[in-house]
Amino acid sequence: MAILSVKGVNKRFGGLQALGDVNLDVAENTCHAIIGPNGAGKSTLLNVLVGKLIPDSGSVVFDGQSVLGRKPHEINQMGISRVFQTPEIFADLTVMENMLIPCFAKRDGAFRLHAFEAVRRESDMIERAEAMLDEVNMLDKREMTASSMSRGDKRRLEMAMCLVQEPRLLLLDEPTAGMARADTENTIELLKTIRRDRGLTMAIIEHDMNVVFSLAERITVLAQGTPLVEDTPENIKGHPKVREAYLGEAQV
Amino acid sequence: MTDQSHSTAPLSVQQAATRNAPLARPRAGRGVLGLTRRDATLMLVVTVLVVFAPFILNPFPETSALAQFNAGYPDLMQRFVIFGIFAIGFNILFGLTGYLSFGHAAFLGVGSYAAIWSMKLITLNVIPGILFAIIVAGLFSLVVGFISLRRSGIYFSILTLAFAQMSYALAYSVLTPITGGETGLQIKNTDTPLFGGPESGIGRANLFGAEMGNSTELELGNWLFTFNLGYYIAGAALLLAFYLSIRIFRSPFGIMLRAVKSNQQRMNYTGLMPKRYTLSAFVISGMFAGLAGGLMVAMDTQVGPERMFWTASGEVVIMTILGGAGTLLGPVLGAGFIKYMENIISKINKDILHQWFAFLPDGMEDVMVAVVYPFIGKGWHLTLGIMFMLVVIFLPGGLVEGGQRIAAKFRRNKTQD
Repeated sequence: MAILSVKGVNKRFGGLQALGDVNLDVAENTCHAIIGPNGAGKSTLLNVLVGKLIPDSGSVVFDGQSVLGRKPHEINQMGISRVFQTPEIFADLTVMENMLIPCFAKRDGAFRLHAFEAVRRESDMIERAEAMLDEVNMLDKREMTASSMSRGDKRRLEMAMCLVQEPRLLLLDEPTAGMARADTENTIELLKTIRRDRGLTMAIIEHDMNVVFSLAERITVLAQGTPLVEDTPENIKGHPKVREAYLGEAQV
Repeated sequence: MTDQSHSTAPLSVQQAATRNAPLARPRAGRGVLGLTRRDATLMLVVTVLVVFAPFILNPFPETSALAQFNAGYPDLMQRFVIFGIFAIGFNILFGLTGYLSFGHAAFLGVGSYAAIWSMKLITLNVIPGILFAIIVAGLFSLVVGFISLRRSGIYFSILTLAFAQMSYALAYSVLTPITGGETGLQIKNTDTPLFGGPESGIGRANLFGAEMGNSTELELGNWLFTFNLGYYIAGAALLLAFYLSIRIFRSPFGIMLRAVKSNQQRMNYTGLMPKRYTLSAFVISGMFAGLAGGLMVAMDTQVGPERMFWTASGEVVIMTILGGAGTLLGPVLGAGFIKYMENIISKINKDILHQWFAFLPDGMEDVMVAVVYPFIGKGWHLTLGIMFMLVVIFLPGGLVEGGQRIAAKFRRNKTQD
């Protein structure tokens, strides 16, 4: 059963056809990877999914509701969370405050003037944030300023911020881009644990084939804005069209 | 004094701030008035300062040469607390969200006009006047904020500046029937408020019959202390404003405002609407400005358009940055500091300088006077400018950061002993 269904999506930037008739179904409780060479339209597709870009035509349906024309915060409130290529966190705030913000957003919606309640009295929210930090092994860093942490920890924090909202779909935009080897391995392990323990549906865009093949249960290959093939990782590995799109380019 | 870690603060200060952050003890006891013990202490210190200001600001005997440095007279003390309120409100917007409004004097001015009309038409009692000032300033800031917050950064600042200058120009000319134009508005004996008119001459605002100008004097030896009703009413308003500011800083709303400053993109993708939060902060700070404007009229029943001029907006920016933007105490310190300099340093003249340097040989005396003279009297702006530059360059966290550094140094020395 598809939780996210993209049908006939087209997006043009001037003369460039960024997305051409993209059809994609992300099944519930799977990790679906979208791969493709540079400029294949992966990021454009992701931006369409989160409401940052509006496609020229086609439909995007999440859990039976259209996401098109909705603002990013509305799409998040529907249950889609996004992890960015460079971790987007509240750098000036402490780790704990970073965690509390999504907790409040989940409880109170897009806006609430809770100007006279004391944060330290919000014990439910604090407990929830602490439990999540514990899950990603960051409880000891709770009072650190987020900007002072390593890239890997920032990534963990960003994921924890997304997960504490209990999204129905987690979108990951190159979660290991620019990371050191050890951080990459850690991130893969973390994602595997999340996938296994929470049964969370994930859609991941990734360059690193190592990451893709250790996580994905389903892979869609995009080339020049159009899906080339969609299959299991085993079948994708040996697929001639994929070799052509990928390796062919690599050999040039 | 450490209310919040500043991103540019040195590590030691930051660590000290983090160690004492309220979240470090999430299940701490109930505290006082819903404040943590630390915040309650800060509140208590400010309360003591406000209550005993007539003593604290008058440390020198009337007869001594230093008496000119005394600031404990009603007019100046009123200004300290009123501008303190103005800066506290401004800090909720600028200190937390980082949106630099360059037109906040407009809300102060609108509050003043609202208050004086309430006194002209309804009653000379200050309470309706002040409430009216807060409401009108709040509505005006809602309109200005709704439009200006469509942009951020420098464009936001310019939009707010444009609104304020527009308000000034309108009050000065087109809106003369409402604002009294260039001469402004006073309460005259021709005014007939609904409840009780002014008895004679220029009307004075009162609180249930007690005039704002009422003072009790206390003479102790060579010291003279003045306790003024108007000051204590404004002081009570300052304490309320300060208390509200602590509550806002420590609330989920306060965290959201700091999140706006930090990363609006992440806020959007966390299901939040940053603009609603910023607009709320804008209106709240506009209402604080309205309160300050209303109090100004309550203390001195007149208002003119110059109250909305851009230099007045710039002054509150300087107060907040000088004291420490984003800290609780900073704006109050900054406001006190600037008003003190404006009223005390500016009064020093050449004769006083000659007295000070009289102990030097004649030639040297003239040289010293010539050297110091540009920095005092009308030159106090020069002193302020230099101080402002020094603070921005060396103490980006303002006077509060200076205090924190000194405190940290003492603490380190203690542990070494």
